[in-house]
Amino acid sequence: MSEYFKDIGRTIVTSYYSMWVAFKHLFTRSVTLQYPTVKMEMPERTRARLFNKIEDCIGCGQCARVCPTDCIDIQTEKRGKEEPEIFASDGTAIKLRTYVFDIDMTLCCYCALCVFPCPTLCLVMTPAYEYSVYDKRDHVYHFAVDKPLTAKATKEPQSTKA
Amino acid sequence: MESIRQLLQMIPRFGELPQSFQIFCALLASCVVILVLALVCVLYLVWMERKVSAHMQDRLGPMYVGGWHGWAQTIADALKLLLKEDIIPAEADGLLYRVAPVLVFVAAFAATAVLPFGAQSIVTDLNIGVLYVVAITSLSVVGIIMAGWASNNKYALYGGMRGAAQIVSYEIPAAVAIMTVVILVGSLSMQDIVRAQLGGIHRWFLFRNPFTFGAFFVYFICSLAEVNRTPFDIPEAESELVAGYHTEYSGMRFAFFYLAEYVNMIVVAGVATTLFLGGWSQVLPARWGPQLIPGPVMFTAKVIALIFVQMWLRWALPRLRVDQLMYVCWKVMLPFAFVLLLGSGFLAVYWK
Amino acid sequence: MEVEYSGETMTLNMGPQHPSTHGVLRLELKTDGEIVAEAVPHIGYLHRCFEKHAENVDYAGVVPFTDRMDYCAAMNNELGYVLTVEKLLGIKVNNRVRCLRVIMAELNRIASHLIAAGTYGNDMGSFTPFLHCFRDRERILDLFEETCGARLLYNYNWVGGLMFDVKPGFEDRVIEFVDYFEPLIADLNRLLSHNYIFIKRTAGVGILPPEVAISYGVTGPNLRGSGVKFDVRKDDPYLGYEEFDFDIPIGKGEFGPIGSCYDRYMVRIWEVKECLKIIRQAVKMLTPGDVQESIPKRIKPPAADVYMRTECPRGEMGYYIVSDGGLKPYRVKVKSPCFTALSALPYMARGAMIADIIAIIGSIDIVLGEIDR
Repeated sequence: MSEYFKDIGRTIVTSYYSMWVAFKHLFTRSVTLQYPTVKMEMPERTRARLFNKIEDCIGCGQCARVCPTDCIDIQTEKRGKEEPEIFASDGTAIKLRTYVFDIDMTLCCYCALCVFPCPTLCLVMTPAYEYSVYDKRDHVYHFAVDKPLTAKATKEPQSTKA
Repeated sequence: MESIRQLLQMIPRFGELPQSFQIFCALLASCVVILVLALVCVLYLVWMERKVSAHMQDRLGPMYVGGWHGWAQTIADALKLLLKEDIIPAEADGLLYRVAPVLVFVAAFAATAVLPFGAQSIVTDLNIGVLYVVAITSLSVVGIIMAGWASNNKYALYGGMRGAAQIVSYEIPAAVAIMTVVILVGSLSMQDIVRAQLGGIHRWFLFRNPFTFGAFFVYFICSLAEVNRTPFDIPEAESELVAGYHTEYSGMRFAFFYLAEYVNMIVVAGVATTLFLGGWSQVLPARWGPQLIPGPVMFTAKVIALIFVQMWLRWALPRLRVDQLMYVCWKVMLPFAFVLLLGSGFLAVYWK
Repeated sequence: MEVEYSGETMTLNMGPQHPSTHGVLRLELKTDGEIVAEAVPHIGYLHRCFEKHAENVDYAGVVPFTDRMDYCAAMNNELGYVLTVEKLLGIKVNNRVRCLRVIMAELNRIASHLIAAGTYGNDMGSFTPFLHCFRDRERILDLFEETCGARLLYNYNWVGGLMFDVKPGFEDRVIEFVDYFEPLIADLNRLLSHNYIFIKRTAGVGILPPEVAISYGVTGPNLRGSGVKFDVRKDDPYLGYEEFDFDIPIGKGEFGPIGSCYDRYMVRIWEVKECLKIIRQAVKMLTPGDVQESIPKRIKPPAADVYMRTECPRGEMGYYIVSDGGLKPYRVKVKSPCFTALSALPYMARGAMIADIIAIIGSIDIVLGEIDR
């Protein structure tokens, strides 16, 4: 019999405590940020979209080798002896012409394993996280600017695989 | 209703029509007024619920639609629901499926006809007002069972069965708690009950004697179960049965269930205010000062306060399981209600 | 509850899409009215071939894949894998790496338990603690984001070291978080854990006696909720856990038989307090150093096999790596704690009601990503 009343008493008392905590929170500040008018400050190490400074890229392919999901597609050819010597911004000689450097951000897993092996530190993960597009193929970023000179049969660049 | 009849007398040649026809027109007009008021109230109650729940959870709630704190959010949601495709499951029982939401809404809304907003602001002052409310709100059980069965969905069936069991069981302690007050007043009419509480806050049944004080809590908790609010929202337990008996409904039909829930909340809070908190009576006794606040404003303020408590309970407490719910009804609420009724009866007879 | 089933049973499918099954789990329930006669879990809806992927990337590239198994506690998954490879290679890391790994693992344990507590409240109908838990978890994720750049899937623990050293002032921010969070546990308790309605829903439901738990191979808070004092951090220490001073909370059975859902839930809440203690001690033990000094240039382990187990928030996670001497692992097998916990579900579900099934699934805290891999 006393169990019965103790149960009822305990329910009422603990419910009162729960209600008190909920009531207290009515008067605390909200933690919501009104995105998109107010955006959160992204820390500098944020890993979002990849960016490659193609002028510094020596075409070594280390990033493509290390990527666990194979999202980087690099195709290079040797620069001819007659062409002028070009250097990256930190002085490394660029011996290869990179004519395809595609990164498919839909495959990227944002692990940043590609950033570390780059000898010239040209591939970085930027804090840009608002890059939604209407067509999936627009998520493939083409960084290369050179065109291939020798008439080698090039395999289909990743961009046409939709 | 009477005041609307006076208003209608202003129309030329209205006074020449037969008496019963005049009353019929006045009733129709007041029903339309109540319908519009109830729907507008529901829109704002939904907004209030979203804001209250948001601030209890340290977030902001609607902020965008309409400008200031998203006051037009519910209007936008209602429009959206109206524009949705009306899906009827292929195996559903056609007639029952279509009638169920209407029945639930009608049951809820018809009970607003006897809520006394002010001394003259009531649609109709039935002399069996309280009995009418208890009876009409029971109609929603039929609607819920129909919805659960006609959806041809096991989850909906579970929800419907649980809902029916819950509502039917909780009506008994609720009605007994109401009896506690009716014995002291001697009349079932809502206006008579309010008039018995005029004259200040100490005359409200909540504070007048300890038995009605307990009866208020019994009635309030049982009414939560009638309305299917947490901690008694098993029939629509979102995390267990997806959405219970209204899983298969979409668009305006779903909106009917939703509106019916909020109108039910208004009805139940209105009845609790009338019976225990003095209805439209003032807080201060007449001799202490002028009666500044008009009756309908007092009534609305008390109803909104009770609805706030209902929302507060929903967002603070977890849900009871079905058998625990039944245990609470039959083994806790009902004995307490009977004891309070006995006490109230003694007081009514021996201590005038 | 032992009940005889006389009537016909109805088969109810709590399908892969359900708000309360914590992922894509299909439960086939045979019910007699409200009481469940049999519960058969069907898994595989989230199978993403982790173990096959691990055979095709090199050792360092497997770490992002391990993140994604138990995505609520990614640091602990990475830690298990990385410690296994280091055991294979025989690498010893310095004190700074060791303390930072402990801090990150314990912070992630707190985050994971907050998810467990919040979603359990959600299943029980109490929607407010969920938001409060997530608000606090955001501060942990902010700490992770400033260190390694990601909020949920970090790739932070590398073989032989860490991806980045922490930013200056990190220790102060961690202590600030710990001081901010400690009083909030009492708030959560008052709101949810000590609420008698919650206790009535969870105590006495889903009883898993200690012997049965051990025979099923259940580990972690599920085992400790049944009263068995076993924790890999104390019984088979790694990362120098023997130097830390912390308790192993076990279920007390104060509101019903031991091994109920309530005990498992409370073990998680008490564990959060212990994690805060460990973090404070680890921050004091931090010494300056280079976090990348032991990272090998090329990971080419000898042809051998190794097994290593760690204490993840959901139980004991084990990695079995077979190496054939090449640059890529020959086989990586993961022993997932949630898989064994889910296998005990049919035992716990006999005689329960449908609402209790939800309570039981919530209390064993499964993450389908880990079960299906």
